[in-house]
Amino acid sequence: MSTPDKPRRPAALLPPDHARDRPLFAVAAILVFLASLAGFGAAGAWQAAEGWTAQLSSELTVQLIAEDARDADADALDAAAQIARLPGVLSATARSRADAEALLRPWLGGAGLPDDLPVPRLIAVRVDPDAPPAPGAIEALLRDNPYEVVVDDHARWEAAVQRTAGAVRYFALGLVAILALAAAAVIAFAARASLAARWDVAEALHLVGAPDRYVTGIFQRRFFFLGLKAGLAGAGLAALAGYGLAHGAGAAGAVFFLPVPALGWSAAAIAPGAALASALIAAGAARLAVTGELKARWP
Amino acid sequence: MTLKPRPAPDLTHSRDPAVSFDSVGLRYGRGPEILSDLSFDLPSGSFHFLTGPSGAGKSSLLRLIYRARQPSRGLISLFGRDTALMPRDALPGLRRRIGVVFQDFRLLEHLSVFDNVALPLRVAGQPRTSYADDVADLLAWVGLGDRMHAHPASLSGGEQQRAAIARAVISRPELLIADEPTGNVDPAMARRLLRLLVELNRLGATVLIATHDITLVRSLAAPVLELADGRLVSQPRAA
Ligand SMILES: Nc1ncnc2c1ncn2[C@@H]1O[C@H](COP(=O)(O)OP(=O)(O)OP(=O)(O)O)[C@@H](O)[C@H]1O
Ligand SMILES: [Mg+2]
Repeated sequence: MSTPDKPRRPAALLPPDHARDRPLFAVAAILVFLASLAGFGAAGAWQAAEGWTAQLSSELTVQLIAEDARDADADALDAAAQIARLPGVLSATARSRADAEALLRPWLGGAGLPDDLPVPRLIAVRVDPDAPPAPGAIEALLRDNPYEVVVDDHARWEAAVQRTAGAVRYFALGLVAILALAAAAVIAFAARASLAARWDVAEALHLVGAPDRYVTGIFQRRFFFLGLKAGLAGAGLAALAGYGLAHGAGAAGAVFFLPVPALGWSAAAIAPGAALASALIAAGAARLAVTGELKARWP
Repeated sequence: MTLKPRPAPDLTHSRDPAVSFDSVGLRYGRGPEILSDLSFDLPSGSFHFLTGPSGAGKSSLLRLIYRARQPSRGLISLFGRDTALMPRDALPGLRRRIGVVFQDFRLLEHLSVFDNVALPLRVAGQPRTSYADDVADLLAWVGLGDRMHAHPASLSGGEQQRAAIARAVISRPELLIADEPTGNVDPAMARRLLRLLVELNRLGATVLIATHDITLVRSLAAPVLELADGRLVSQPRAA
């Protein structure tokens, strides 16, 4: 018997259900959008904190106490020359009285400092952060000189900065985790609703001998693509928003602790990652929901 | 009509009755027992009718056979295996050996008649090209050759029933269970559909047909299981 107009492709076993899918798509996209922003925040905080601590641990300041009887500028140059020879030190630059006055001018006005006011000289030291000089090495080096120095290695600041940066990172990561959980819960709920609405499909498949994984697979695929689309939309919007924040509004960028050049990279990695994670979460949630329902209805 | 025979069945299996009930009882939830003390065998390759007044429990008995329900008492074996001991993941394999015509058809509204009938083959993973002609032939035989791209909602009750029968027989099951398969068709179509089921039986399938239709029962010299109030009042000799 001839069948000239056999359809080429079989119809989908689970037809799209736009009335149900649209609100779910919107909610999932919004959750992915928020999670991506939190992800940018975490990445930004991570990189910023790394920058801060690297900067702090690669710099220290040596203060030379000026004494009336001595030429403090000459002493500072001498100390800087000695420090620069120390292993682990990249450079040591003495700031003259003129430099110190320039720094103080905003507070003291243009009149300058009285000549007899003892102004401490500062020596800026850059050290190799991977092999810095041993603690106390600079004090020991300059101990026998006729002038007095105080070394400030920023250690107090570093601890505080690291604590703050850690808190910001974990706060942002926690936010990402909570939003991912919320997305999974919403999608699992939707998968159950979708299964309830199309129970006839699951039942017909079951009765003609489809194993659970066949039925589950149909719903899983459906929600994978729904999650992927919602994820792409949400993460894409978040990437645009993040880019706008970093480049458009410099001040707003600072709110997110985003160093401007860092965002490009984190956005490039986080946006597709968030879309894929959204697809996998949706597929996993649907799988759990459908498997549970099948086992409950047909023990 | 050409129903292609399946490969010769495994004889160790075919010696077992296709269906065996031993003191089976069924209640829904906490309700009364609506099937009681049923014991009978359907020998492999046999053809039986199941009759009884409305509400006697015919559909419930069939549900036990295709394991949409489990008995509250007694033992049911299919193809020689105790169904209560069957692990859950053995059920799909079992279901593929059984074709069921539901009293309420259970066609999927969003699939064409063609896709509905092809469903068992599609689920079994067969490529569409391998069964497209068989499905079209079978649909022509049941008088739906020109309706195969229609959707069930646009079919009459009798047409839906014929599609449901086609879906049940398309994979040439070893056991065919039909619940009122001719309830919505005229006598000529009823005889035609019955011939389809007889043909399937001739190829080796065990067939059980639940029906009110006395003329249908009388048209064949097949043994009859008669249910009344959940009990068998007449039953053929045990095999
Ligand atoms: N899911 C169910 N839950 C509770 N009771 C049920 C259920 N299905 C059937 N029954 C009851 O079981 C009894 C037998 O029903 P069943 O459908 O098996 O009868 P039947 O012989 O097929 O009737 P008919 O000829 O009208 O199709 C009836 O009293 C019915 O009310
Ligand atoms: Mg019935």
